[in-house]
Amino acid sequence: MRITCPHCGERDRREFTYQGASEIMARPDADAGVSAFADYLHLRDNPAGDTRDMWYHDPCGAWIVVDRNTVTHAVTGSTLAREGRT
Amino acid sequence: MRYNAWQIFKEAFTGQTGWKPVWRDPEPKKEYDIVLIGGGGHGLSTAYYLAKNHGLTNIAVLEKGYIGSGNIGRNTTIVRANYFLPGNSEFYSHSLKLWEGLESDLNYNVMHSQRGLINLFHSDGQRDAFVRRGNAMINQGDDAVLLDRDGVRQHLPYIDFDNVRFPVYGGLLHPRGGTARHDAVAWGYARGADQRGVDLIQNCEVTGIDISNGKVTGVQTSRGPIRAKKVAMVAAGRSGQVAAMAGMRLPIESHVLQAFVTEGLKPVIDHVVSFGMGHFYISQSDKGGLVFGGDLDFYSSYAQRGNLPMKEHVMEAAMTLMPMIGKAKVLRSWGGIMDMSPDGSPIIDRTHVDGLFVNCGWNYGGFKAVPASGWAYAHLIATGKPHDTAARYRLDRFTTGRGIMDEEGTGSQHNLH
Repeated sequence: MRITCPHCGERDRREFTYQGASEIMARPDADAGVSAFADYLHLRDNPAGDTRDMWYHDPCGAWIVVDRNTVTHAVTGSTLAREGRT
Repeated sequence: MRYNAWQIFKEAFTGQTGWKPVWRDPEPKKEYDIVLIGGGGHGLSTAYYLAKNHGLTNIAVLEKGYIGSGNIGRNTTIVRANYFLPGNSEFYSHSLKLWEGLESDLNYNVMHSQRGLINLFHSDGQRDAFVRRGNAMINQGDDAVLLDRDGVRQHLPYIDFDNVRFPVYGGLLHPRGGTARHDAVAWGYARGADQRGVDLIQNCEVTGIDISNGKVTGVQTSRGPIRAKKVAMVAAGRSGQVAAMAGMRLPIESHVLQAFVTEGLKPVIDHVVSFGMGHFYISQSDKGGLVFGGDLDFYSSYAQRGNLPMKEHVMEAAMTLMPMIGKAKVLRSWGGIMDMSPDGSPIIDRTHVDGLFVNCGWNYGGFKAVPASGWAYAHLIATGKPHDTAARYRLDRFTTGRGIMDEEGTGSQHNLH
């Protein structure tokens, strides 16, 4: 599996640390209530197919949102997390 | 047919022509009292105990593939009860007791072999942690023996005791731990459930769960609709997709866990050996292959195959612990899809839908749980009340924060187990 870092180009998967589903980018408002936060922390769509998840590129320190397929392991796109896409 | 030695002799002299298919292949009926979604180890054991313990037999087990095609046929077959936390401790203790009576109960040889499991430790701090774990196991009524370095040497003379990074300080021996033949467990439970009248329906994929006024009424399948008074989801590996049909999101991420087997060798590894610091464990199958594995690949996946970095890591750990293994040739590797829950412990509970139950989140420990999971899930489905040994496996523990069971002590978040 190879992942493209927007800064550094296509790199081996060993250079990246996996965080989890990009749902964590959509943090509820502070007054959203307990169940919204419980959902945010623990519940996952967990799709079999196209997914979008968070990876950290260890050498350059960038958080990246990666478009990926959980069935084929194909990586189809990546953007910097700070660009705010969820 | 009840299996016994006489049957084997008789068939030996009559050309092995008398063996019959072990379970029927029925057409699905239009309605059942209980439909189980998933014909894996847990689904089959649930069906078996619903019939045996609760006298309920108007049951269908719906399996989208064939019996034994999922994780029950893709694991590393280890059976143990060396858990620590209340909740896990009594559950796995119960499971081990069921394993010990399983072959006579099922009249089926599951090749349960209590060869002993040794968890190695490599520092004083780790030793303290294992002393504490061993005491918890003994307090639960199970067995644990603390081995010093020489004690480990008597059991495992072939490991590298003086590795620079991980010198062996000792190990915690769990004599009742061991292995079992994974396929035989599925077959034994399938046969037992079928003999009691449960319909095992293979190649039948559930495509929808029917809910009316907050109550479950049946399922849609690739072989037509089936009405049911109760529906029980037990599809670890695909729990999220099944639950989504009921409008549920689960606290589950699916990850791939790899395992490996070498060519067949003469007996060389007599125990189950766990090298936690290297995320490596190994045993030898009765066919002679060394069966071993490591940690998750650590990205969500449904691929049933992993990538090279974890393969390399596992091989390195193997060479670190037992350099002799370098002589063996790896025959094949495979991956299984793990239901990873945030705290690393499973879920057996009701849902917000009346008559709909959920059993999921077995992480990488589902095989040894097959008997007790089925026992407890059957109890829940039949009586509506959780079984004592599984009462803490609540779905709402992640919402309330009460009763989180983080056995590893790494935190209750996805991607930490």
